[in-house]
Amino acid sequence: MTDSRKIVRVTGVTKSFKLGKLDVLALKGVDLEIAAGNYISIMGPSGSGKSTLFNMIGGLDKPTTGKVFIDEVDIAQLDAYELAWLRCRKIGYIFQTFNIIQVMTALENVTLPMIFAGMADDAAAEKGIKLLEMVGLGDRFQHKPFELSGGQQQRVAIARALANDPAIILADEPTGNLDLNTGEEIIYLLKQLSRERGVTIISATHDIKMLNVSDQVVWIRDGRIDKIENRDELSISIGQIGRKIGDGH
Amino acid sequence: MQNSTIFHSDGLESDKIDRLVVLPFMKSVDIAIKSIRVRFFRSLITTISLVLAVSFLSFTRVGSDVANGLLSTGEPALRQALIRSGYDLRPEDVSVGNSPKQQWIIVLSLLVCVVGIVNAQLMAVTERFREIGTMKCLGALDRFILRLFLLEAGIQGLIGSGAGAIVGGAFALVNFFIRFGTVSITTLSWTQAGLSVGGATLVGCVLSLVGVMYPAMVAARMQPVEAMRVEQ
Ligand SMILES: Nc1ncnc2c1ncn2[C@@H]1O[C@H](COP(=O)(O)OP(=O)(O)O)[C@@H](O)[C@H]1O
Ligand SMILES: [Mg+2]
Repeated sequence: MTDSRKIVRVTGVTKSFKLGKLDVLALKGVDLEIAAGNYISIMGPSGSGKSTLFNMIGGLDKPTTGKVFIDEVDIAQLDAYELAWLRCRKIGYIFQTFNIIQVMTALENVTLPMIFAGMADDAAAEKGIKLLEMVGLGDRFQHKPFELSGGQQQRVAIARALANDPAIILADEPTGNLDLNTGEEIIYLLKQLSRERGVTIISATHDIKMLNVSDQVVWIRDGRIDKIENRDELSISIGQIGRKIGDGH
Repeated sequence: MQNSTIFHSDGLESDKIDRLVVLPFMKSVDIAIKSIRVRFFRSLITTISLVLAVSFLSFTRVGSDVANGLLSTGEPALRQALIRSGYDLRPEDVSVGNSPKQQWIIVLSLLVCVVGIVNAQLMAVTERFREIGTMKCLGALDRFILRLFLLEAGIQGLIGSGAGAIVGGAFALVNFFIRFGTVSITTLSWTQAGLSVGGATLVGCVLSLVGVMYPAMVAARMQPVEAMRVEQ
C-alpha cells in the first residue's frame, strides 16, 4: 500500500504569531516528508505546534518562512481558486469539534463537497448514502446533527472528508471530544479507510491509542520535530511509550 | 495511485476548467432557506426592526392615498375633517403630502432599522464562524459565502417587509374607516394604495440588502482556519 511517492513535503517551515507586541514562534523550522498511503500521527503535548503544522499542511494557513508541497506543488503558488479546489478535491478535513453544518442533514453535509466539485444532485446523493453506509450510518442519513451523538457526528465528518476521494485526510485531534471507546472506534475506522482506499491519513493528536495504528509517528515538541519513528521501531519501544506520553503532558 | 496524481505542475493551466469549484444558484437558495428556517428565532430578531419601519412607511403612504381619495370628492366637510385629523392643508392644495416632520420620522426609522440589521447580521456572522470556516475547508469560495448571506437577507427582507407593508397599509385603512366611514374606502384609488404597499416592500428589501453588505463581506473574508478553532 505504501509507495515511496512523497505526497507531502514540508521544508524549513517556521511560523510566528503576533500576540500584542510579542512574537510567538509556534514552529521553529520543520522538515518533514510523508509517503503516500501511510497513516501518520503527529504526536506531542498540547501547545507544541501540532495544529499549527497541521494548518500549514492543509493549506489553511501560510508559513512565515519555508515551503509546503502537496504532490510536489508549492501551495504558496496557488491562487484562491486553486486553493479552494485543493481543499475540495485533494484534502479531506476532520476536526476535533466535528464541524457538521448544523442546518443540514447528515446526507446534505456529505454531499456538499460533491456539489462544490460540480457533481449532479442524484449522483452525489447516491455516493453520499454509500459513504454513510460505509461509516456505519446507513440508517441515519436524514438525521440532523443535533440528533446524532458525538461519535456519530464524527462519522458523518469522516464520510464528508471522503466525499471527493481525496488523496489526503487531515484530522486534528479527531478523538479529542470523544470518550475512550468511541475514540477507539473512530481511530479504527480511519485505519480501515487508509488500508482499503490508500488514503494518506495525517492526524495530529496526543491520544496514545493512535500509536497502535500508525505507520509512522512524528514526535513534535516545542515547535520542532523531536524524532520520527516507523511502525517497527515503535513496537520495539512500546514499553517506553507510557513514559513518553507521561512527560508529554 | 495513478489517478490521484492530478497535481502535475504542467497540468495546472490545462486542467483549469476541471478545477472550478461551483455552487449552483438553486442550491444556494436551498441552503439559504434552510438556514433561515433552522435559525427562525434569530432571523425574526434580524427582521423585526425592518417589519416595524416598513409598516410605518406603508402606514403613512397608504394613509396619504386614502386622504387623497377623500379630497378628490371636493366636499368641504371631508376637507375640514382631514385638517382636524392633522393633515396640513392650505386652501390651494388639491392633494396631501407628507409633512417635513413626518418625512423626517420616516427617514429616521429607516436609518435606525438599517443600523439594527447591520448589528444583528454582524452577530450572526460571529456566531456562524465555524460553519463558514467549515464550508471554506470543503472548498467554498468567498463569493459562495457572500451569495448565501445576500440571499438570506434578500429572502428575509422580502418576507419581512412584505408582511410589514401589508400590516401597515391595512392599519391605515382601518384607521380611516373608523374615522370617516365607508367613504374612505369607496374613494380610494386601489392602484395607488397597491403601489404604496409595493414601494414600501421594495424599500424594505433594499434596506435589508444594504444592511447585510458589510457583515456578508466580513463573513466571506473569514479564513478557513477559523473552523479549527477550539474554545479552551
Ligand atoms: N492564532 C494564534 N495566535 C497566537 N498564538 C497562536 C495561535 N495559534 C497557535 N498559537 C500558539 O502557538 C503554539 C502552538 O499552538 P498549537 O499549534 O495550537 O499547538 P497544539 O495543537 O500542539 O496544541 C502555542 O503556544 C499557541 O499559543
Ligand atoms: Mg491543537
